[in-house]
Amino acid sequence: MALKIVKGSIDRMFDKNLQDLVRGIRNHKEDEAKYISTCIDEIKQELKQDNIAVKANAVCKLTYLQMLGYDVSWAAFNIVEVMSSSKFTYKRIGYLAASQCFHEGTDVIMLTTNQIRKDLSSPHQYDTGVALTGLSCFVTPDLARDLANDIMTLMSHTKPYIRKKAVLIMYKVFLKYPESLRPAFPRLKEKLEDPDPGVQSAAVNVICELARRNPKNYLSLAPLFFKLMTSSTNNWVLIKIIKLFGALTPLEPRLGKKMIEPLTNLIHSTSAMSLLYECVNTVIAVLISLSSGMPNHSASIQLCVQKLRILIEDSDQNLKYLGLLAMSKILKTHPKSVQSHKDLILQCLDDKDESIRLRALDLLYGMVSKKNLMEIVKKLMLHVDKAEGTTYRDELLTKIIDICSQSNYQYITNFEWYISILVELTRLEGTRHGHLIASQMLDVAIRVKAIRGFAVAQMATLLDNAHLLTGNTQRNGICEVLYAAAWICGEFSEHLEDPMQTLEAMLRPKVATLPGHIQAVYVQNAAKLFATVLRKHEGETDSQAAQETSQLLIDRLPLFVQSANLEVQERASCILQLVKYIQKLQQKNVEVAEEVTALFAGELNPVAPKAQKKVPIPEGLDLDAWINEPPSESESEDEKPKAVFTKEEHKHSRSRHTEVDEKELARRREARKQEQANNPFYIKASPSSQKVYDAPGVEHIPVVQIDLSVPLKVPGVPMSDQYLKLEEERRQKDKAERKKKEKKKKREKRGKGRKADSGPESEEDIRPAHQVDIVTEEMPENALPSDDDDKDPNDPHKALDIDLDKPLADSEKLPVRTHRPEVLKSPAEDRVHESIPLETKKKSGKEKKEKKKGKEKDRKRSKEEKKKKKHKEVEEELLESQPEEAVQSEETKEAAAPPTSAEASDLDFWLCSAPVPPAAQEETAPSSAAAVDTSSAAALESEPDEPKDAEPEDTKSSKHKKKKQKKEKEEKEKKKKKRHHHHHHHSDAGGEDSVQNGTVEEEEPLPPMSNYSLLAENSYIKMVYDIQGNHQDESKVVVSVIFENKSDSFLKSMEFNVMDSLNSKLQRPEGAGPHDSLTVPFQLPPGVSNEARFVFSVQSIVMPQKLKGTLTFIVKSDESSTHEKLDFKLHFTCTSYLITTPCYSDAYAKLLESGDLKGSSLRLEGISMPFHHLLARICFHHHFSVVERIDSCASMYSRSIQGHHVCLLVKTSDQTVSIDAKCDEPSLLGNVLDEIKQTFSKC
Amino acid sequence: MRSVSNRSTVDLAPWAVPSRFAWKSCGDVKSRVITGCLCCRAVNVQMVQSQAPWPCTNVVTNFRCRQKSTKYRSLQTEDTEQQIIRETFHLVSKRDENVCNFLEGGLLIGGSENKLIYRHYATLYFVFCVDSSESELGILDLIQVFVETLDKCFENVCELDLIFHMDKVHNILAEMVMGGMVLETNMSEISTQAEAHSKMEKSEAGIAGAPARAVSAVKNMNLPEMPKNINIGDISIKVPNLSSFK
Repeated sequence: MALKIVKGSIDRMFDKNLQDLVRGIRNHKEDEAKYISTCIDEIKQELKQDNIAVKANAVCKLTYLQMLGYDVSWAAFNIVEVMSSSKFTYKRIGYLAASQCFHEGTDVIMLTTNQIRKDLSSPHQYDTGVALTGLSCFVTPDLARDLANDIMTLMSHTKPYIRKKAVLIMYKVFLKYPESLRPAFPRLKEKLEDPDPGVQSAAVNVICELARRNPKNYLSLAPLFFKLMTSSTNNWVLIKIIKLFGALTPLEPRLGKKMIEPLTNLIHSTSAMSLLYECVNTVIAVLISLSSGMPNHSASIQLCVQKLRILIEDSDQNLKYLGLLAMSKILKTHPKSVQSHKDLILQCLDDKDESIRLRALDLLYGMVSKKNLMEIVKKLMLHVDKAEGTTYRDELLTKIIDICSQSNYQYITNFEWYISILVELTRLEGTRHGHLIASQMLDVAIRVKAIRGFAVAQMATLLDNAHLLTGNTQRNGICEVLYAAAWICGEFSEHLEDPMQTLEAMLRPKVATLPGHIQAVYVQNAAKLFATVLRKHEGETDSQAAQETSQLLIDRLPLFVQSANLEVQERASCILQLVKYIQKLQQKNVEVAEEVTALFAGELNPVAPKAQKKVPIPEGLDLDAWINEPPSESESEDEKPKAVFTKEEHKHSRSRHTEVDEKELARRREARKQEQANNPFYIKASPSSQKVYDAPGVEHIPVVQIDLSVPLKVPGVPMSDQYLKLEEERRQKDKAERKKKEKKKKREKRGKGRKADSGPESEEDIRPAHQVDIVTEEMPENALPSDDDDKDPNDPHKALDIDLDKPLADSEKLPVRTHRPEVLKSPAEDRVHESIPLETKKKSGKEKKEKKKGKEKDRKRSKEEKKKKKHKEVEEELLESQPEEAVQSEETKEAAAPPTSAEASDLDFWLCSAPVPPAAQEETAPSSAAAVDTSSAAALESEPDEPKDAEPEDTKSSKHKKKKQKKEKEEKEKKKKKRHHHHHHHSDAGGEDSVQNGTVEEEEPLPPMSNYSLLAENSYIKMVYDIQGNHQDESKVVVSVIFENKSDSFLKSMEFNVMDSLNSKLQRPEGAGPHDSLTVPFQLPPGVSNEARFVFSVQSIVMPQKLKGTLTFIVKSDESSTHEKLDFKLHFTCTSYLITTPCYSDAYAKLLESGDLKGSSLRLEGISMPFHHLLARICFHHHFSVVERIDSCASMYSRSIQGHHVCLLVKTSDQTVSIDAKCDEPSLLGNVLDEIKQTFSKC
Repeated sequence: MRSVSNRSTVDLAPWAVPSRFAWKSCGDVKSRVITGCLCCRAVNVQMVQSQAPWPCTNVVTNFRCRQKSTKYRSLQTEDTEQQIIRETFHLVSKRDENVCNFLEGGLLIGGSENKLIYRHYATLYFVFCVDSSESELGILDLIQVFVETLDKCFENVCELDLIFHMDKVHNILAEMVMGGMVLETNMSEISTQAEAHSKMEKSEAGIAGAPARAVSAVKNMNLPEMPKNINIGDISIKVPNLSSFK
């Protein structure tokens, strides 16, 4: 025996191992395939041997070959053999091979079930680990069903190494076997609070992955995740959770409100870019889900945009890319705030990195306005010319079209320009997007009536020069344009100067080389042109011209009759016969023009995409219902006649139905028209749209002048540039005229709605070049407003859309191993055989207990919830439900309702209540209540103020119970204490209650903070302000002032003025005197607030400053209007010159070592707030960022707008905080420290 | 303690570090480079080596941890997998040095939701393909952690290590990414597990394994073609020593 082993190992010495194989392949570059095939032969020999070591070696080599792309599925059985080896080394090789080669179709997988189960329950943790890793790659529905219970047991394994793997693999199990989700979920939830951070992170990972697809089922976990978010220090986990909240907030706006404060704090305090970026992303998601308008939110948007700008300006391309990516999300809802960064985005267009250019292009979409569209498109056209590589150029092309056509051509003032841009785009080499240009041409020509004349002229030129487009066979993408050109020329042929010439161009023999569908359009439109030509020559005494045209058609059309394309052939022969007939009539001198024109009379209206889908099914029409009772089975022997019969009946019923409803339809149409008329956003069809195209209305539209000024082709200069120049001239002229008019007007009227500094003209001022009415696309009557779901029906995640709050039913337990071989049983069968054998029941006993626990938990919670309300009825209900507990499975469904509502109300409560400091904290540190932020609103919210706290509770109870009992305040307080007590008791008992009310958080969340401080206030108006610097300009700060109208009247004509000092000056528009006031660019209806920004230039920033100023405004109520005035003092603190700038610790260390900085220090006594609050506060109020934090010591950094470095080292030890600071400007530092001291003395 | 080190993995901002490091110039290195590329498919990882135009090698290997969801899996056979790897390599290798590390792979990798995130070390590309549930910067860190772990486990890792010990690399990766999801991000935890694995391996091989080891050592030393190969791959991946790591 021993000899055998030794012999075996000696054999092995000379076998090739993996390294030899790799080396061999590298040495046989010329005949690699041959070498590998001999290797595979060797491997096959090795696999036939009994020695497991040889087999393992062979499998190891096979794995490598598989990675090279060779098919090794033939060795699947050997892989299973190696997997079942008792040695870890071989087992690992086997599992690795399996994870590479096995997939759902591999049939040997079903043989592995028992082996895997054995490995999972192996006493060696690494065997289990390897099995879990392997299984995660090839788990199939059968494996998932059979092993789910074993894996679930592993989730409570003693070793965290196994626990985390088991938790993570559950996700794959859920995907394959969705029935397992509900039974396993309670345990998964438990793992969120596992003591091992790895396990915790795995659980967070799985739940985030699940929640991403079906967020609504996981809303109830929000409080738990919120707690995790505030307590976790692991950035991976934080990022996951923050991403999860991003997915949850669209479903629950209140959650968003709750999130925004902690997130902004994180943004201010974190030094990890990845975390910062995800926070910004989630804040954006929150803002998108909330209706905007609240002042706080505009501040958060500003914060996000500002942070993103820092990212985009960073020299690191990755940050730049991500910044642009996030910016495009803001763009969708808050285009205004992004537009101010246009410069930056245009700059990114020139970046050498294509990924970044593409992202910047996405953003451009939202940057355009009527004013700058032409300019931006011109820039893009330049890029098109320069671009290398067709993909980027195609991307540019689509973007240009997207930008121009967005929201119904909203920004296009001159359609002639647009048409010429489109024509220019057709000159692109090798683009794939010919059809896109074509559809734009068609769309514009059809919907913008005024442009038709111009469009037709351009298209005629295109047709004439068709050889340029089709000359190169590679460019066949672009010849789609000819499709549009031919159609436009044909359909609107009355605008053609010389239809005969165009007709001739359309019938050239070269056309036959075009794709079939284009030829078909050519033929059809040649007929339209023919009609036009005939009509033109109508009435002329000499019918020579008309007859020549007919002859031309008769000569040329046979070419198309021979076409291989059926459509072309059919149309051509049809038209050919028609023309021949007409020729005969012409020879008899019969007037035919009218009849021929009648063939093509009538306007074609554009139809909205999806219009067909949206035709509603008329009421009372049930297409599935039988109209006649189906004949019984015995009567109808064959199926076919039946089917035909029912089909016919359906048709019948529909027509009948419409007859009946004719009146009803008319009524609805009327109602819809009414609605459209009232809807300001609905672009109305011009009344003439229903008429035939020779209606006189079209000629009145002034198009002609510009036609004259721009010759159709300017050699060298692209046409669109000409338009750009023209447009500028026109705008100048307009502006001049307007100014003249304005001067005549009284001064008072000037400020209305517009800034006094009318340097750049505002949107509304740009008059379109010519009156354009855009025809709306037609929709069917009563179109259904909802869009169809475009969800993929095959998405595996759909099956996981399961309500997790319902208590488990008995039937839902996981299948447990039985001694019967049931490997091949399908899940469906499984469900049928719910009468589980005895032994199964025994084994699942543990699980049942688990479930019971869960149920009890829910009940406890619901009890608690109801106790709070002391509602007699509820108690009765509870009493009733007591016996239910004894009755097991049947009753569960009925019992399901109360716990879920309790769960929901738990969430409601958590979302409604303000963050109340925990009771324990109140006892130990009574001052903590006072430690809340100074800003009034925030303080109000977070103080454990009795009536405030009671309010949400009331609203909540009113939601659930119709009756609301009024109670004494004291009683309530008692109750509240009780509740606290109860909770503590509860969590002491083992932290079973995972969904907590938010009142007992381990770590107090950061109090909400706001940088806005009061500027001035009277009975009409309240002003709060914040001062921020920016990196771009070292001598400017921006003061954001929020004006809030407190009165019941309308506030208008607000003018803002300050007395400039030598050092600080308000930036006024050019031409304004140094004492002129600035008009606030909005009016305030009652109760509304809005934000305005004022730029100040400062020279020295080392000292704080105060500027006196006044706000004047007109209060307009129903009968009277009065002038009011409010004085204020703007306080420029030194802090406001600091800008949060991230700093890496190595750079920080260098800075400190350099010795250029002068030091100073500060001691604060009696600070009782937690250290991270302290830091957050310094970060938030004083624009610092944390460089490093070690226990109770942190280094912080900030920079002033003029580039002074400010470094802080903050240390804390029982209630004393010492701050050592260094800065290259001592007086600035002194002032900043004073300000920090003041901040903390306030609390 | 653990939380601190965990934090550092994300905090250290390695994207601020130049992604190409100094490498020993030995002869005509450029002409014989082995280019590798590690590609994580929404979460499952593939390692590709070279479709290089130079004659040195034609080794293509892929590492997979399989993706998170099965949506695109059905289409993948060995051939399509190879195609994905080739095209990924093509995309990545033609990118300049100072461009961002994100790539939208388009249909190739299953639609716009997925991104390629790569890092470039000497001649190796580590490419992960991830979906939108992963944080982009986080994955960049993860790659860094992976490379540093390799460096630790192989004691100054070089490309040849990765080529000749595919299985080992794969096992290390399996400790980080499992079933397409990130399992562990803490470097010391990963390398502890990897060491434990190799210890077990050694103890199992015991005396019986000794002759085999000796033979393979001899093979590695004496075979005439060896020096050539060593020369090829004598470019070690230097991992930056970041101060914030300590």
